[in-house]
Amino acid sequence: MSTDTKTAANYLETPKTLPALRADLTEGRVKVSDLASEYYERIEKKNHYLNVYLSLTKERALAQAERIDAMAAKGDPLPPLAGVPVGIKDVLVTKGAVSTAGSKILKGYHPPYDATVVARLEAAGAVVLGKLNCDEFAMGSSNENSAYGPVRNPVDPERVPGGSSGGSAAAVAANMAVATLGSDTGGSIRQPASFCGVVGVLPTYGRVSRYGLIAFASSLDRVGPFAANVRDAATLLGVIAGHDPNDATSSPAPVEDYAAESDKPAKGLRIGVPAEYFGEGLDAEVRAAIEKGIAALETAGCAIQPVSLPHTQYAVPTYYLVATAEASANLARFDGVRYGYRSPHSETLSAMYSHSRDEGFGAEVKRRIMLGTYALSAGYYDAYYLKAQQVRRLLAEEFLRAFSQVDAIVTPTAPTAPFKLGEKTGDPLAMYLADIYTVTASLAGICGVSVPCGKTSAGLPVGMQVLARHFRESTAFRVARAVEAAEI
Amino acid sequence: MTARVTVEDVKRVAELAHLDLTPEESTGMLRDLNSILDYMAELNELETKGVAPLAQVSELSDAGHSGPRRDVLEPSLPRAAVMAEAPETDGVFFKVPKVIER
Repeated sequence: MSTDTKTAANYLETPKTLPALRADLTEGRVKVSDLASEYYERIEKKNHYLNVYLSLTKERALAQAERIDAMAAKGDPLPPLAGVPVGIKDVLVTKGAVSTAGSKILKGYHPPYDATVVARLEAAGAVVLGKLNCDEFAMGSSNENSAYGPVRNPVDPERVPGGSSGGSAAAVAANMAVATLGSDTGGSIRQPASFCGVVGVLPTYGRVSRYGLIAFASSLDRVGPFAANVRDAATLLGVIAGHDPNDATSSPAPVEDYAAESDKPAKGLRIGVPAEYFGEGLDAEVRAAIEKGIAALETAGCAIQPVSLPHTQYAVPTYYLVATAEASANLARFDGVRYGYRSPHSETLSAMYSHSRDEGFGAEVKRRIMLGTYALSAGYYDAYYLKAQQVRRLLAEEFLRAFSQVDAIVTPTAPTAPFKLGEKTGDPLAMYLADIYTVTASLAGICGVSVPCGKTSAGLPVGMQVLARHFRESTAFRVARAVEAAEI
Repeated sequence: MTARVTVEDVKRVAELAHLDLTPEESTGMLRDLNSILDYMAELNELETKGVAPLAQVSELSDAGHSGPRRDVLEPSLPRAAVMAEAPETDGVFFKVPKVIER
């Protein structure tokens, strides 16, 4: 490896596709235990600088690998993700394996159970390599809020990978996993996917179980996959999606064969382009790349038409009021009593609560708890939280109106290419505005995919966000495949 | 209505949130809360009279809900596994400093 740590050539690497991996396995070219070792060697080389993984689950991974190898040796039918090396964002609990949510307040915490999505991946044969770095409690857009140091973008290690699922996106971009799971509350899957040049999926709210996801904002949180290509991302969604009795908000809607659906051509689909996402603040080169993507969709036989989403400009304040209010309630459980960090030498119970929380939480988390508590407090509830919930309905309804005219809506995923580490950390509001294109879908509960769509002149990745109405992930995947095929 | 956040507000909210902010943190929080809430005042431009608040998106699509699950008793987490993560325990209870009446 060259000594120039700044070069992408040292870190960027495309993983094999899921079908190629499966063929290697079924045709006897590779053993899963060797594959897992290969991934651990690559992690060993790259992780010190990129800081993608917070912890590794080697025993668990190797036990799973041996299990799958034994099945293959006997000629038993192999489960759908047999041997696939995956990484899990550290906001998802893994039984017996440290899960920190990127926070000091959960340093060394060993959950007594697995998140449903982790259990489903393992039941499908996937090999869980370790836990991925993220912004603390999923609060951030750059992975610079992690209590364990930032993640570096494999495309350009002086730049952020995006957040909050920065580790999940970077792991795929650097082939430190074939696929990963992240979470998305206001854009935390889509935006890092865009910044790292990989595919990220925002499933419809309720499509994937949140059981075992350390909660940030319960009406907004979603779990979703990252992969190097759209079809593999669709395959992963099919494995983790589906009703879970342990999640009261999970949907009984049948799980489609998303990968097969994504094979269908996009020809004939009606694509909406909202002017509100192409205005001031959008970088000119990002705009140019997305316009090329839209032209490619037209060439593929899609009907492109304008749609109107007039309340878009109110989405960021709406999101930050709803999300922080819910977060202030969800993070009340971190009090030093039952798990996690307890501040030593507190004289009273009350002091123990406030010292543990002040010492255990980072600055951004405290800021959001304060904002949320303020917005919910007596005298302010109507003006802030209730108002935001009303605007949320207006935003959701205008999406539904748009989807009565089009099958999918396409926008840039982020207004800029990935920015430099430290560039936006001085101004919280500037960081919040980075979410401008993603929070609308979060508030409405609809689904989407961020798919790579060209690069800037500096070689930085651009992502296109493809949105579809509730439970129409298949439509979003079909459009994303068409953009991917155009190789913008 | 845009309330300008005061030092008293920061103190009161920090108490509600059980956060023991240092003086530096309180100063920073005052500045941040004011600038963020100023920005959020944009929402007041919108007429929302008669708009029902949207708290749960699952109401927006037919596929959103399932009914309540059956109320059956099932084993929960094993006590030993849970208590293994407790900062202080006698094996049965979580031990905490005494509550002092004010």
